[in-house]
Amino acid sequence: MVKLITGSNPAAPEEGQGRGALNRRGFMKQLVGSVALMGVMSGCDALFGLDDNGNNNMTVDFGSGDIGVLNYAYALEQLEAAFYIKAAGAYFSGATDEEKRVLTDLRDHEIVHRDFLKAALGTSAIPALEVDFSSINFSSRNSVLGTARVFEDLGVSAYNGAGKLLTNPTYLLLAGKIVSVEARHAAAIRDLIMPNTAYFAGDDVVDANGLDMARTPSEVLGMADPYIVTRVSAANLPTS
Amino acid sequence: MMTMENKTTILDQLDQDVLETVAAQDPQEAGLSFAAKAAMASVPVALGLMSRQAFGQSLPQQIKDVLNFALTLEYLEEAFYQMGVGKASLIPANVKPVFEQILKHESAHVALLKSVLGADAVAKPAFDFTAKGAFNPFNDYATFLILSQGFEDTGVRAYKGQAGNLMSNDMILTVALQIHSVEARHAAEVRRIRGPGNAKPDAWIEFAMTNAAPIQAVYNGEDNIMQGGVDVSTVTDRPVEAITEAFDEPLSKEAVLAIAGMFLA
Repeated sequence: MVKLITGSNPAAPEEGQGRGALNRRGFMKQLVGSVALMGVMSGCDALFGLDDNGNNNMTVDFGSGDIGVLNYAYALEQLEAAFYIKAAGAYFSGATDEEKRVLTDLRDHEIVHRDFLKAALGTSAIPALEVDFSSINFSSRNSVLGTARVFEDLGVSAYNGAGKLLTNPTYLLLAGKIVSVEARHAAAIRDLIMPNTAYFAGDDVVDANGLDMARTPSEVLGMADPYIVTRVSAANLPTS
Repeated sequence: MMTMENKTTILDQLDQDVLETVAAQDPQEAGLSFAAKAAMASVPVALGLMSRQAFGQSLPQQIKDVLNFALTLEYLEEAFYQMGVGKASLIPANVKPVFEQILKHESAHVALLKSVLGADAVAKPAFDFTAKGAFNPFNDYATFLILSQGFEDTGVRAYKGQAGNLMSNDMILTVALQIHSVEARHAAEVRRIRGPGNAKPDAWIEFAMTNAAPIQAVYNGEDNIMQGGVDVSTVTDRPVEAITEAFDEPLSKEAVLAIAGMFLA
């Protein structure tokens, strides 16, 4: 099952960097309020974060190297899958057959991405993250499609920004296989919002050089923060 | 004004005659729409300047080869949309903004890649979008859409297949990825436009589109479900068609050039 992550990764996480106590024991969910995702490693309130050995295990660390980058992708796919499971579980009011089909397809694709990354990461995979969609009105077309657009554009920019962080060409190709599907999603959702216009690849996401957006992990996680309850850390991800 | 500083094109391996017929249309004289001209007017220089600062006078040959391969595909797409958008009463008015936007991006990609490559940029080949009479894209909208979809889906696969060859340069790799996802947006939108109303077809590629693709070579291998050594059907409960849709597959440079070669004059 751990066929993907074998052997020659030069940056495999050290014990305790991407796995270890956190994964064995599960993770503490954030109990109160929203949290800043970045830089909380040493700032956890011990009241909520101690395991049996007194270790602070509140924060899920993606780890380092290629494993860390794949865990970062896995976190985003978890978020997307969870969103579409809700959005395709009870459709928004007045959804057309076509809109239902798109939401269902996107749900299935994101579940495939999520399940694949989990299997590929094997014992290095971060645990399941807790999400918070309380700000989304799942009965509202505007809310569902608007959130879907944000998530898809965010996913595209995340993969575009993460490609250079990978050192193994096999992983880069895998990321490439996924990101173009995310871009297809983004275009389809945008076409539902404003059909047959330039919006599918609008000037708000494609610049004057014809380039889609690329975001750093910290930028992406900052934008995803309102929807992820579990504290996650990208502090050990590569930066180039 | 014709410029002949480029002695070779990337498609030489397919057709040496291309060298004799380098296209040199001045876009300002080609009867283009306002949007097309506006796109031409934007000159992306920042990346080129940055690249030259990083590499001095020359990029590594491996990267130049990839960028010239990409430039050739962008030339093809730009020329195709210039002709399509410029052709009166071909594209219905209600979807024209889509194709003007695509043309704007393809023109930007051509300009960007040329600015990075500088004097090393390959020349623009002459194209025959009828593929020697097999297609009639500028008089038949349905055919125009078929070729548009084929070019966009091929472009996605082409960039994906070359990403590994750009890993030595973070900036250029990122730029290639940023183009790659724009091509995927284009492909998705064209696919949606090809269907009427609520029957809009999927924006993603299910299996290898066997018996549904006008140019089957564009889709060969898209039914793959083995990813990174994992049979994905064994790790998810989603149906196999969803697995094939969830991963876009790469194409080799040779396979892409064989497709593009059909449309050389």
